[in-house]
Amino acid sequence: MSTTLDILASASMWAAVLRIATPLIFGVLGALICERAGVLNLGIEGIMTMGAMSGWLTVYWGGPLWFGLLTAALSGMAFGWLHARLTVSLGLSQHVTGLGITLLAAALSYYLYRMWVQVGDLPPTITPFQPIHVPVLSDIPFLGEAVFQQTAPTYLALACVALTAWILARTPLGLAVRMAGENPHAVDAQGLNPLAIRTGAVMAGSALMAVGGAFLTMAAFNSFFPTMVQGRGWICIALVVFASWQPGKALIGALLFALFDAFQLRLQTAMPGTPYQLFLMAPYVLSILALVLVARRARVPEALMQPYRRGER
Amino acid sequence: MSGPVLELNGISKRFGTLRANEDVSFTLHQGEVLALLGENGAGKTTLMNIIFGHYTADSGEVRVHGHRLPPGQPRAAIAAGVGMVHQHFTLAGNLTVLENIIIGSEPLLRPDSHRRAAEAKIRKLSDSFGLPVDPAARVGDLSVGERQRVEILKALYRDSRILILDEPTAVLARPEADRLFATLKGMTANGLSIIFISHKLHEVMAASNRVVVLRAGRVVAERATRETTAPELAELMVGRSVKRPTRQQHATGQPVVSARDLSVTQAHGAGLDGVSFDVREGEILGIVGVSGNGQAALGRVLSGVSQASAGRLTLSGEDISRASPRSLIRRGVGRIPEDRHAEGVVGDLAVWENAVLERIDSPAYSRWGFIRRGAASDFAAGLISRFDIRGATPATRTRQLSGGNMQKLILGRSLANQPKFILANQPTRGLDEGAIAAVHAELLAARSAGAAILLISEDLDEAVALSDRIQAIVKGRLSRPVAAGEADAKMLGLMMAGIWEESHAV
Amino acid sequence: MQFERRADVSIPLLVAAPFAAIAVALLLCAGLIAAAGVNPLTAYGEMLKGALGSRLAITETLTRAIPLIFTGLAAAVAFRARVWNIGGEGQFYIGALVTAGLGHSLFLGLPAPIAIALIMAISAICGALLLMAPLALRLRFGVDEVVVTLLLNFIVLLFVGLMVEGPLKDPMAFGWPQSVPVDPSLRLERLVPRSRLHIGFLVAVVAALAVWIVQARTVFGAETRAAGLAPRAAAFAGVRMPRVLMAVAFLSGGLAALAGSVEVLGPTGYVTTTMSPGFGYAGIVVAMLAALHPAGVVAAAIFIATIFVGADAMSRATGVPSFIADVIMSVSLLAMLTALLFTTYRIKR
Repeated sequence: MSTTLDILASASMWAAVLRIATPLIFGVLGALICERAGVLNLGIEGIMTMGAMSGWLTVYWGGPLWFGLLTAALSGMAFGWLHARLTVSLGLSQHVTGLGITLLAAALSYYLYRMWVQVGDLPPTITPFQPIHVPVLSDIPFLGEAVFQQTAPTYLALACVALTAWILARTPLGLAVRMAGENPHAVDAQGLNPLAIRTGAVMAGSALMAVGGAFLTMAAFNSFFPTMVQGRGWICIALVVFASWQPGKALIGALLFALFDAFQLRLQTAMPGTPYQLFLMAPYVLSILALVLVARRARVPEALMQPYRRGER
Repeated sequence: MSGPVLELNGISKRFGTLRANEDVSFTLHQGEVLALLGENGAGKTTLMNIIFGHYTADSGEVRVHGHRLPPGQPRAAIAAGVGMVHQHFTLAGNLTVLENIIIGSEPLLRPDSHRRAAEAKIRKLSDSFGLPVDPAARVGDLSVGERQRVEILKALYRDSRILILDEPTAVLARPEADRLFATLKGMTANGLSIIFISHKLHEVMAASNRVVVLRAGRVVAERATRETTAPELAELMVGRSVKRPTRQQHATGQPVVSARDLSVTQAHGAGLDGVSFDVREGEILGIVGVSGNGQAALGRVLSGVSQASAGRLTLSGEDISRASPRSLIRRGVGRIPEDRHAEGVVGDLAVWENAVLERIDSPAYSRWGFIRRGAASDFAAGLISRFDIRGATPATRTRQLSGGNMQKLILGRSLANQPKFILANQPTRGLDEGAIAAVHAELLAARSAGAAILLISEDLDEAVALSDRIQAIVKGRLSRPVAAGEADAKMLGLMMAGIWEESHAV
Repeated sequence: MQFERRADVSIPLLVAAPFAAIAVALLLCAGLIAAAGVNPLTAYGEMLKGALGSRLAITETLTRAIPLIFTGLAAAVAFRARVWNIGGEGQFYIGALVTAGLGHSLFLGLPAPIAIALIMAISAICGALLLMAPLALRLRFGVDEVVVTLLLNFIVLLFVGLMVEGPLKDPMAFGWPQSVPVDPSLRLERLVPRSRLHIGFLVAVVAALAVWIVQARTVFGAETRAAGLAPRAAAFAGVRMPRVLMAVAFLSGGLAALAGSVEVLGPTGYVTTTMSPGFGYAGIVVAMLAALHPAGVVAAAIFIATIFVGADAMSRATGVPSFIADVIMSVSLLAMLTALLFTTYRIKR
């Protein structure tokens, strides 16, 4: 019990929470935008991998860090475009296509990495994003260390939550996206093109997913290696349901999740006798539990996973 | 007088081998109500979708105020002042009335929607056209009538001068329909021009200035409403004399199915709230009502898809209030579902598979879990010839059948085993006259053979023609039964509006 | 671009679809190989040689196809009923783990064929449970089984790691995390001498035949198809949906677990956490390339095995990263999905 309290009382633990939450925040926002427009994007796991690889590679080749994030976003958009072509324009199964996108994006990441990067005994590294000490705020005891000494992408993630929430709730564009996910016929009947809206939303969401992946290689670690996304994409898909498709709740979900993850990491060192796999399983078990808990109450976008073809009901 | 506000010239549209519209031309003038009359499948909705730009015509053109509309662009139609009220509402239940109305009306990249101005405009339109609705309400919480008002407001909000309404009364009770037509009349006084699509003669006669009759995709006649009569229009619409079979009086027997205080709770839509009825041997009991008043719940519980939450439902004295579809089938219940595409058949299976699916594990069609292909195929062939299912062999993919023939397959499957009770839920919805007559004849034949039949119908003419007794369903409750002979349209209209409780002591 | 449903599924197109998809994949990947500075024709030649160029290569490819046939069947059976089993990888590992756990201790007194059959059956049941649980969550709570089965893959893999580093750890393995090997008497017999190809291949082909017969000829097969194509219509016609779907999950999870079981009883003899190069996920590609047909699954599994075995050899010979195999596989999946669309729809002019 006292161990628990000690862990929770340390500012470094809370700083870790935000750090761990960052890729999840990007990923869950991306998945949420796609799903709000009616498209399930199971390409997320592979798109995050691609973002991690392409962002890292840009910096490895000498590009500035922000340029790396941009490359990651563009690579995500490219796969988002492909997913949209297949599931929106052609109306293919979103489940199987998304999985195909994940397989393709991940395989291509590994292939290109191997082709372009000489890997010795240890994978090559870059200089990642460094923590920014926000003036004044970072000097606040506890809170300063926990919140205001993060890397720039973490602040960007938080800004994206606010921006996404605003766009969805308040702007005509957001309304069009939500309507495309609720009833694409209504979008068409009002003179907008539901296919274009869905395509745009999937591309935007995929860009965010890729940036989330890039955080892993450009801020959390400093190198790329296969399977490093470790199911974070699937966890984001679960978190979207947990968040009832609301950006604000998605942030809370990602933070709760990261809190648990940061906590179990510290508990691992505090309880050396227990097999570490049990701790590593916890996030996945937690995701499944979260899904079960909210499944009945969730207000799913009505047209989620329903392809739109004119003249077919 | 100025030129026509809307002009169609030689519109043709083909779907696969089906010619939905062929060389259709007509005009609409300022301030007039034009009825587009035709039976189901005549191509009315396709035509309206072409005007509005949902479909692109294979040939022909649409002109608004003399300017050609670019094909396939709803946006252009809206900009030209054309508004459409779809039969299946294009609304999002999870969004508010305001959101449903303003979508598409603002530039997408505006940083903030002008909601206050929009709300004021909606309130003004509501007041001036008599379409009361709360802009902040969630559409999913509204009644069907209110949703239709939202649909109309959507068109008015975009400053439509030409309004197209597709089967606007399909979901309305008589008083609501009358109100709608009064509203439309008010709109034409304000300079709007209206096309409404219908297959109901009485409303065409009552509410339009001019009628264009469509049959098999072609315009067959155009009449000023006051120069024509309902019988003339009926003949023009159907084009051949199809006589629906008539019900012969005969004695009915013991109750086969009885419900006592039966209740069903539904997650969405109206449930059943303590209803009681008896259906006797050799009798058709008609359940009439406006769509969405509990018909679906009644259909679901009687077909075994959902279970009663309270009350008793018996078949020949045995309780079936919680029976599964399978056990109902085994007890000799024939069921015709409300939605033949979603529930009636599996479109991508062959006709023979659908024909035997209900009884596929009976020894007649399978042995040790293996299907007896020959027996099943023979059974399907028998159905095809006995029920005159056209364009089908046992191996045909069921999706390829027309609506009428698909319905005959479902009917045949249900009737083939001489059921003692038949649930017929909207058995002729969306069918043409020929198919309607065939379905009616089969139901009446089953009645003569002694089956008890419960007919759920939103079509009053059908219910009156077939039923021995009629009960109205309103908000999940049933009126007392009236004998079909005693029921006139006015009385049924009142019953369907829920007025029975005041007029009759129950 | 507008689509119009074809009156009937075009059978010639359906047969042509996988070939077209594979051709597209090979064509696109030729660009990637060229980008690595290798002539694509040389690379593909090396792949063919590596996978089918010798007796040993052929047996190696067929050995690799065995688990893919099982996981392919698992996906095909499930997808036909719209049970989205993406957990083939986890079920594979459970099958392998249970087999390894039982194979060095229990049933040793019994005649080998009986012991092997028992071990395989128990492994299959464990894999089946691993899919029935998420399906039960869907039927009871409406939880999407895709995400749950995906997450279970990670949980199972960690569990396997826990076991091979703990209770099942082989003390003779010089510290490598692998399980105690199964008893030599329980290993599946060689089909071809001096190769790794074992009789598991015949078991897989028989399984495909059995699935084919069940799907095409039985009441269960018809009910499964109805349930997958139109759940509401199937339920209305008296198909007991939960029961049929659960049976499908049993079959699918069991088949995927057999892949793991046969892999342990056949070539490896023990479990590690790296024994599957993604057999579960590849099974989905196999099933789609086969258009969910059991006979097609066998062919598609051999194709995918050819790509993977060939890519390893090609990578050694030319230096092109062997990940090209995964790229070919995933591109052919996406191309196949697109091709399948055109068997039921045509583009409207």
